[in-house]
Amino acid sequence: MQSPIAADLNLRGTAVKLMRAGAGSPLLLLRGTDASDAWLPYMDVLAEQHALIVPEHPGFGGKPMPPWLDRLSDMANFYLDVIDELNLTGVHLVGTSLGGWIAAELAHRSSAKLASLTLVGAAGLRVPGVEGVDIFLRSEEQGLRDRFHDTGRADEAIARILSPATEDVRLANAIAIARVAWNPRLHDPHLAKWLHRIKVPTSIIWGEHDRLFPPAHGRAFHESILGSRLTIVPACGHAVALDKPDALVASILDFTAEHGRAE
Amino acid sequence: MKIFNFHLMPYADVDVEAMKRHGSAWLTFSNSHYDPLKGADLYNQYLDQLEKADELGFYGVCVNEHHQTAYGLMPTPGVLAGALARSIKKGKVAVLGRALPLVNNPLVIAEEFAMLDNLTRGRFVAGFVRGIGAEYHTMGINPAESQERFNEAHDLIIQAWTKPGPFEFRGKHYNFKYVNPWPTPYRKPHPEIYIPSSGSLSTIRWVAERRYTYCQTLAPIQGVAATFDLFRKEAERVGYEASPDQLSWSNAIFIGETDAKAIAACREHMENYANHYLSKDPAMMAPPGYTSVESVKRMRQLRAHRAAFQTTEDLIEKGVVIVGSPNTVREKLAAYQDLAGFGVSLTKTQFGTMPHAMALENQAAVAQEVLPYFKDRLPQGKARAKATPKDKSEIQIDSLGRALPAE
Repeated sequence: MQSPIAADLNLRGTAVKLMRAGAGSPLLLLRGTDASDAWLPYMDVLAEQHALIVPEHPGFGGKPMPPWLDRLSDMANFYLDVIDELNLTGVHLVGTSLGGWIAAELAHRSSAKLASLTLVGAAGLRVPGVEGVDIFLRSEEQGLRDRFHDTGRADEAIARILSPATEDVRLANAIAIARVAWNPRLHDPHLAKWLHRIKVPTSIIWGEHDRLFPPAHGRAFHESILGSRLTIVPACGHAVALDKPDALVASILDFTAEHGRAE
Repeated sequence: MKIFNFHLMPYADVDVEAMKRHGSAWLTFSNSHYDPLKGADLYNQYLDQLEKADELGFYGVCVNEHHQTAYGLMPTPGVLAGALARSIKKGKVAVLGRALPLVNNPLVIAEEFAMLDNLTRGRFVAGFVRGIGAEYHTMGINPAESQERFNEAHDLIIQAWTKPGPFEFRGKHYNFKYVNPWPTPYRKPHPEIYIPSSGSLSTIRWVAERRYTYCQTLAPIQGVAATFDLFRKEAERVGYEASPDQLSWSNAIFIGETDAKAIAACREHMENYANHYLSKDPAMMAPPGYTSVESVKRMRQLRAHRAAFQTTEDLIEKGVVIVGSPNTVREKLAAYQDLAGFGVSLTKTQFGTMPHAMALENQAAVAQEVLPYFKDRLPQGKARAKATPKDKSEIQIDSLGRALPAE
């Protein structure tokens, strides 16, 4: 496993931890509610092809709640600032779950610095008649279980993530998550109105058995983003990166290779 | 001691077995279990009880607010307070309290409370709470904004009551070009304010700074004593001596001929109340941001160790409730008053599934055997000084080792 370099980026009074590894065209990976989780082996594979940047979200990791953080789109604007601050262009933006929602909000605001967009089990949309699990009514353990199709991998994740050492961080992160996603639950009714503005090549990857945002959500993103590609990962739950990491990495790297920009 | 008669107005005819199977009376316990024919009877019986309380000489009557639960049928307590405003002739009428962050327009609370204060010619007591955790689910309000919404709504209401209108109010959550409510409160500068809380240090400090009355929700008496000690220290810190009238203990009292008979008679209703009407689910009762990270951790620890069934004897022993013969009840109430130093008691005489006739009988017994003995009684200082503050974890967590509703 590679050793990522972890350092705080300070941006107008807000510090956010970035983990970076690899070289090549930049790939910005926005994780979801698991943004404080460790560097995982699938990231090494991404870092073999890209300069991978994995931020912990603002307000996460026990850092103070940024005074400007009121809604999820605030995070999208923050990451536009991050891209500028790091002087990135031709960015492959990948967002999973809550991070997918941030990525979609970011991309419809400006895709000038993006080479491609990949949304994985993204939150952000409401699909009438399609009900997912209410993450805010689940215990942490139930909540992790909900994200997997493979129970063995769920057990591993529970053992790794629910350690007493990280309890403070997990509870503090939950507050940041509630702040941006409590009501409307994990979506913004205004997002769907502007998805057509996303003009970069977009790949949508979804677990066949996503119990948080069933695949109808993936199809809704697919229909709203012109020319997007939809991949359903069989025998996979919500957390594609943890449940079927090999399939996810292969799909991401195929797509970024296809849409890489000549520097 | 000022002894109020406090009512939660539970859905006492609930199918207890169904509630047990579901695991709580909150949020997701289907309202298909509510029968309006029974509910209509209950509302009228409960109002009869509170009207009776006034005749019997209680200092006042209290109602409160809860949403989407069999635990309490008062989503809009102002309706009940309005019904009582004309029939309660002597005592206070208290709403303890309205959950400020749960509304998107707190001006309506300023208006509603001012109306009640006019109707009662200043006998109204205004209570402000944040609402309990589950209500952030039911009302679609962000728990991570709970405290800032509470503070802002409070400031708006106080200004609406005390500052001549029209004026403009600009906050983060509430914005009004014109604040100019009619009526203004009868009592000047505004109604008495009580703040019920489960006892976080920040709330204790906030209440002490404003010289309001602090109401400790259901908790063991040792914890209550420590909390009140903190309140007195906070008052000293800002330069005054807290009066016993600023300290209020919430309890339930049941009187029988003997201790054993009292316990036997109320057991079923007490244990339903303390075990089945409450939710034990931290995800429901402690949503993110509603309480501090520390509080959630303590709640989880306590839950792991003490999720056990609470018997009537447990509740009596911890001094959460007082049950017994008239003598026992008087002795304990006096001892607790001296220990904790409170001057106000919010006393439930009906709880859980207790039926009307039994509630009336108990209420009459409390009126006869307790009220006259405590009318002018103040805390006896010597005993009070012995109350030793425990560490904060003991204070902030409720007695039952679970998230108790902030009454």
